[in-house]
Amino acid sequence: MGKATVIPFGPQHPVLPEPLHLDLVVEDEKVVEAIPQIGFVHRGLEKLVETRDYNQFVYVVERICGICAFGHSMGYAETVESLMGIEIPDRAKMLRVIWHELSRVHSHILWMGLAADAFGFESLFMHCWRLRERVLDLFEATTGGRVIFSVVKVGGVVRDIDDDQLKRFVDVLEGIKDEYRQICDVFLTDRSVKNRTVGVGVISHDDALALSMVGPFVRASGVKQDVRLLRKAGYDMLDGFETITASDGDCYARAKVRALEVLQSIDIIEEMIRKLVPGEIAVAVKGNPADGAEACNVLEQPRGECYYYARGNGSKNLERMRIRTPTSQNLAGMTTALAGCDLADVNMIVLTIDPCISCTER
Amino acid sequence: MSTFKLGKMTLGGLFKKPETIQYPVQHRFAPEGRKGHITVDIDTCILCGVCMKKCPTGAIEVDKKAGVWSIDHFRCIQCGYCHRECPKDCLTMDPALPTVAGQKHRETFEKPAKEAAAEA
Repeated sequence: MGKATVIPFGPQHPVLPEPLHLDLVVEDEKVVEAIPQIGFVHRGLEKLVETRDYNQFVYVVERICGICAFGHSMGYAETVESLMGIEIPDRAKMLRVIWHELSRVHSHILWMGLAADAFGFESLFMHCWRLRERVLDLFEATTGGRVIFSVVKVGGVVRDIDDDQLKRFVDVLEGIKDEYRQICDVFLTDRSVKNRTVGVGVISHDDALALSMVGPFVRASGVKQDVRLLRKAGYDMLDGFETITASDGDCYARAKVRALEVLQSIDIIEEMIRKLVPGEIAVAVKGNPADGAEACNVLEQPRGECYYYARGNGSKNLERMRIRTPTSQNLAGMTTALAGCDLADVNMIVLTIDPCISCTER
Repeated sequence: MSTFKLGKMTLGGLFKKPETIQYPVQHRFAPEGRKGHITVDIDTCILCGVCMKKCPTGAIEVDKKAGVWSIDHFRCIQCGYCHRECPKDCLTMDPALPTVAGQKHRETFEKPAKEAAAEA
């Protein structure tokens, strides 16, 4: 073996969507150790609970991350609702599920584009992002925003989707599904994709459990872990839910789980639209969270389980708001997957955990 | 041949309308209800200041004595909280996006002096 050399990777690197720095200790072309470093985009958003009231804070949490924006506002609102003992109408729950699953579709298609770009498949990247534009257009038509929606409030949602929009919603989704199947076929069966992903960055089932990984990263190692299985907050209205898993634990398995989850999310949205009940979309919220009241909540974000904790102090501001994001759980798995890989595979492995550093640092 | 799997989709693109537009000559269709920017109907406004209290970024300022309502569009995050809480429904979310500007400035609306005095 050659002499150990340290190669800095990131925070500015063409393959990285977010600022993550890795010190790659390499011997010849093999990575023997990867030391991650974060802290480039910390904004102190959790501290803002002291100066923004619990209603205003919805607009702060959805700015934690541009891709998981809806999930964060939904997770936060559910936490405060449970803190204050508020039961929201069924229609609001279902609308939240529709938008949240659509966020998952947009997040996964965005990731597939980035992954295609990372392994040099430019046209696949462009087709993925072209398709994602249609999802963003759906968001814009129903919420008024393309990335940040500001459609959730404590007590429900602020906008309804009327029948005409729902019909258009379903038509657009059917069109997306048709084109997505072709893209998915390329992603899962093309030889050039498989050459870069099969057998790369393997995490075993036992390691996945030991490292407490979450989301598609852990599901690709055969662990059936998905918050949606708890069937709470709107997901209890689904007929059935089976989480998608793969057993190989390599980059291909992770891509496969995400690729198939898009189709599953579209099915969930269509089922929710079919079952959408008429009625109110919000309830009036009065008063402040009680002093010492605590609540916690979990939500399946596109990248995995996200944990929310809130504590009230009797005033309109919360005493504490804590968010544990999926990427902070997955960084240990990423460094384990990187140990022993080829230097040329580092970009694929880093991308397949789909790191969201903005979320992690907040 | 796996190489031509995307062929149908890629070649099909030759016979379809382009997905992109020639910005800034062309503009995207603005859907109804798009969060563009906040406008105020100053004649209906009673300068109560609810919007100023609710705004999470402090973009809105209301001076009841001087009869002035102003907004800093560069701080506004288009969350629509002010628009929903306005007791007189005088705030609206215009679907047109805020325009590009060379300098940061506040947009100010003044209520005619007589009316402002009556409101105060």
